[in-house]
Amino acid sequence: MTETTPEGDVKFPPVVGAGADGATISPATPEAAVVADLPDGIDLVHESGLELKSRSQWAYARRRFVRHRLAMVSLVVLAIILLAGAFANLITPYSFAAQDFAHSGQAPTFKAHHFFGTDVLGRDYFSRVVYGIRTSEKVALIVTLVSTVIGTLIGAVAGYYSGWVDNILMRFTDLILTLPGLAVLLTAAAFIGTGNPIRVAFILALLFWTALARIVRGSFLSLREKEYVEAAKAAGSGDLRIMFRHMLPNAVGPIVVNATLIVGIAILTEAALSFLGFGIQPPNPSLGKLINDGQDVSSSMWWLVTFPGLTIVLIVLCINFIGDGLRDALDPTQRRTRA
Amino acid sequence: MPEPILSIRDLVVEFATEDGVVHAVDGVTYDVFPGETLGIVGESGSGKSVSQLAILGLIPQPPGRILRGEAEFEGKDLLKMSKKDLRRLRGGQVAMVFQDPMTSLNPVLKIGHQIAEAIQAHQDDVGDKAAKARTIALLELVGVPNPDRRYDQYPHEFSGGMRQRAMIAMAIANDPKLLIADEPTTALDVTIQAQILETLKTAQEESHAATILITHDLGLIAELADRVVVMYAGKVVELTDVQTLFAAPRHPYTVGLMDSLPRLTVDEEWLRPIPGQPPSLISRPPGCAFHPRCFLSQGRTRCRTEEPPLRVIGPDGHLSACHFAEELVGQSSKLIDEPVAGASS
Repeated sequence: MTETTPEGDVKFPPVVGAGADGATISPATPEAAVVADLPDGIDLVHESGLELKSRSQWAYARRRFVRHRLAMVSLVVLAIILLAGAFANLITPYSFAAQDFAHSGQAPTFKAHHFFGTDVLGRDYFSRVVYGIRTSEKVALIVTLVSTVIGTLIGAVAGYYSGWVDNILMRFTDLILTLPGLAVLLTAAAFIGTGNPIRVAFILALLFWTALARIVRGSFLSLREKEYVEAAKAAGSGDLRIMFRHMLPNAVGPIVVNATLIVGIAILTEAALSFLGFGIQPPNPSLGKLINDGQDVSSSMWWLVTFPGLTIVLIVLCINFIGDGLRDALDPTQRRTRA
Repeated sequence: MPEPILSIRDLVVEFATEDGVVHAVDGVTYDVFPGETLGIVGESGSGKSVSQLAILGLIPQPPGRILRGEAEFEGKDLLKMSKKDLRRLRGGQVAMVFQDPMTSLNPVLKIGHQIAEAIQAHQDDVGDKAAKARTIALLELVGVPNPDRRYDQYPHEFSGGMRQRAMIAMAIANDPKLLIADEPTTALDVTIQAQILETLKTAQEESHAATILITHDLGLIAELADRVVVMYAGKVVELTDVQTLFAAPRHPYTVGLMDSLPRLTVDEEWLRPIPGQPPSLISRPPGCAFHPRCFLSQGRTRCRTEEPPLRVIGPDGHLSACHFAEELVGQSSKLIDEPVAGASS
């Protein structure tokens, strides 16, 4: 796993030696010139800067990711969208609930900064979409964190201990997997109430950890047979230390990739729930709820469905491309980069 | 004679597999004395490593199972110890060097951190700075150049030999009383092997640890061991000091091993291997497990019917498990032209 430094660092001495006064000395052979040009005539490797610079695994992963064009473009687009959501209060021209009856039902225009138009109640749709992004962000962040922690813990314990522990945990995982997601979500929403994005996020998180648990279990099953795990045991490390200090870092690739995918799924599911009226409740704007609001009048006011819809598509596409890029980047067997 | 630091008595380890019960270690008994190097030789599957892993609680159970036996380390039976106590012991008073340094270090953790962690796992009072200083000193001791810089490098930035040095540094990090080296040079180049041997010697001198050297390399045994245990099919077949073993082996299997070494003094075209295959550990041959391959047995009934006990057959507690060990007196040196130290089996 070595590579030479970028071309810029490779300093070959000039082939034809030139004297200090600029007069070219004509050597008999080019080789002679090379040797002649070296100050001491030795230590060629050192002089030419061809020493191999070592890189950590992360440096390689970063390199591969940066070279993944689609992922990089997606990262930039997503960053813009997410930053817009995070700083919604700074960039939106209006509050998400402020009504402007003079301009209700306004098509997208730069006049009065109604970039995405207004709805029938005269609320600025650009502001509502940006605040909707913020809601999605909140939900996605919590869902991803909580489900990743749960999935990693369950998968790690199951894979490390195997045997009956593994059996119980995995059958439980299977059980969660067999639950029809949307039905459970709707029921849960009806029972414990929704409206609060955080509550919605926790409901989603409790359903979304299963795939990761299986992935982590698989990694741990293979990692526990590695000799360095046996060596760590022989060195007297305890179970927890072996699991989380020795094994988890080796399984971080699939976990990160899965987490990015969960972000996308969480945003989509939250939108779907809200669209069905079981997710975020008004006046909190949510991308799904916005589409629902605009649905009735979509024939006359196309922008009410289009902009939140496009935003969702854009976010989820970007996340999936980034996930692709991460998967390729974190795969240590892959040396070449894909565009 | 001083008190042994480790005494293994009648250790029996089995593995339940789909094909039947594998008798990996079958009634093994030997002592390790403070400061000595005990070599354990035998071919693959003779139970050399398993006996060590078993006493440290490192074999997976199931399928593995320790049927009976004792392994007294400083007066305490390791096999009866709680998991927690055993864990404290491992890497502390008893440390291991594994066979393959390419896979025994965690690829995502810095070398220095792995060693420092081993120190801090056993010595709670050592702070981060002290652990780092000790690690760098250890790396220097085992001959890793630029230990300051190497401390922050990852295993993939180390060569095989350097990694094994790092493993040795980790093993002696907590001043173990017993160092178990499981084929420490097998995965390395011949040139690097010699260096690692030196490093092992240094490590031993530094830590004053008794060492168990598990290998199938008789050259390594000749180089490092004080006493030697020869294992065959899960049993000890011969136990003696290293000079006697090479000069006057008293078990036909040992004689066969010596005989199969290439000689430097004679122009040979063919090596002389021991005929046949090592026995299946699921269905061992009746009587002496070695009799189907033995040149001494020659079809004698006793070899087939009666299992030979390990008995004293010579001075200084020379033990052999052969009914007819005495027949090798004065003969073994003729069978083997000369003991060849330094050659590999």
